[in-house]
Amino acid sequence: MASNEEILTGLAEIVNEETGLAPESVEMDKSFTDDLDIDSISMMTIVVNAEEKFGVRIPDEEVKNLKTVGDAVTFISGAQA
Amino acid sequence: MPRKVVITGLGATTPIGGDVPTMWANSLKGVSGARTIEADWVQEFELPVTFAAQIATPASEVLSRVEAKRMDPSTQFAVVASREAWRDSGIEEVDKDRLAVAFATGIGGVWTLLDAWDTLREKGPRRVLPMTVPMLMPNGPAAAVSLDLGARAGAHTPVSACASGTEALHQGLELIRSGKADVVVCGGAEAAIHPMPIAAFAAMQALSRRNDEPELASRPYDTGRDGFVMGEGAGALVIEAEEHALARGARIYAELAGTAVTADAYHITAPDPEGLGATRALKAALFDARAQAEDVVHVNAHATSTPVGDKPEYTALKAALGARVDQVAVSATKSQTGHLLGASGAVEAVMTVLAIHDRKAPLTINLDNQDPEIPLDVVTSPRDLPQGDIVALSNSFGFGGHNAVIVLRNV
Repeated sequence: MASNEEILTGLAEIVNEETGLAPESVEMDKSFTDDLDIDSISMMTIVVNAEEKFGVRIPDEEVKNLKTVGDAVTFISGAQA
Repeated sequence: MPRKVVITGLGATTPIGGDVPTMWANSLKGVSGARTIEADWVQEFELPVTFAAQIATPASEVLSRVEAKRMDPSTQFAVVASREAWRDSGIEEVDKDRLAVAFATGIGGVWTLLDAWDTLREKGPRRVLPMTVPMLMPNGPAAAVSLDLGARAGAHTPVSACASGTEALHQGLELIRSGKADVVVCGGAEAAIHPMPIAAFAAMQALSRRNDEPELASRPYDTGRDGFVMGEGAGALVIEAEEHALARGARIYAELAGTAVTADAYHITAPDPEGLGATRALKAALFDARAQAEDVVHVNAHATSTPVGDKPEYTALKAALGARVDQVAVSATKSQTGHLLGASGAVEAVMTVLAIHDRKAPLTINLDNQDPEIPLDVVTSPRDLPQGDIVALSNSFGFGGHNAVIVLRNV
């Protein structure tokens, strides 16, 4: 079980690996598309990498609900519970 | 008169140099880009061929990590070469609606395709990368170059096996002559040094097996030639309507005076032994350039170093050039670079442009015992090309019976 802070750090690493964005720019209230400029293809890569890293399943139909980094952290945290 | 088209920018990433100045200097010295492949898969699959001519400067040293991640190696090479060509052209402003791309490949994203297949089998469909399709598609290099430069007058991908790179110049010339574009970034890219293509080319007995002496393996016209050496990389050329180049005061390397493409319709892989398709391509390209056989001083030959391939090209040159064939300085640069498949025509075009511009012919190495059935004047030591008005040819032929020829003229 990872804390929300650990999930955020892990997500920031995945986003950095995929997009080159600085990990510290990946903050809870940031929108993946509007703030971080992440396109749908990169988003799917991030989702699959997050699934592997956190040992969860993020259904395709759930991805469109993950608008902010915080949404993703909350979903992953809940899925781990 | 059709619009005159000139060449104003050159780029390349090859086994004998990661940029044009390095490649050109090496090609005049005579070096081999072939080495033993240092990868686990050579032993893993017990490949019958254990060497190739791999890229001199990895694309990862030129592109950013994030950029490279989204590109198949073939596309990485295309972007590296086209950026060099674009910088070299000195173009600062251009109407992007009049800028086109014609970037060829023989095989496309074979690394991406087969990696994705391995991932599917080992980890399941969820782990297949979402970028797989745009990375494996053969138009990937052309699309990436178009995106990188903002070229909006069409991005084209001629695919004709080992003639592809030369056919890209043919297509580029047509785009400018027909008025559809003013500037075209032409080129070819290939990244197929992967165990599967090596196994497949080896299965058809096309590759040299000189595993103990990789640097001596590519030996066009030599009696000891036993197949080609796989190469990889890309070549890129910025071609431009002459009036467009003159208006911006561009440095002009040479004129792309004419091109031609023909098909053998003889056999899916074997060249027509009489070289009839190649002869027609040579004659048509000279006609297109309004050039005579007597104008030709240099040929960058296709000459892959296969036992069956080298001679029909000679037969075709003799048929097209007549007695002039004996006075033409012939360079078989695959002896140095290996065979870059769909990129070879573009890389050889870059060399032929520089040969015209600098009046120097690149070297053919490893020619110890010239095949008596191919009595060409092969350039094996430094050779200056004549002053005055000169014409040079570059030939490419591909599986499928594709023949492509370009004609270059000094300006």
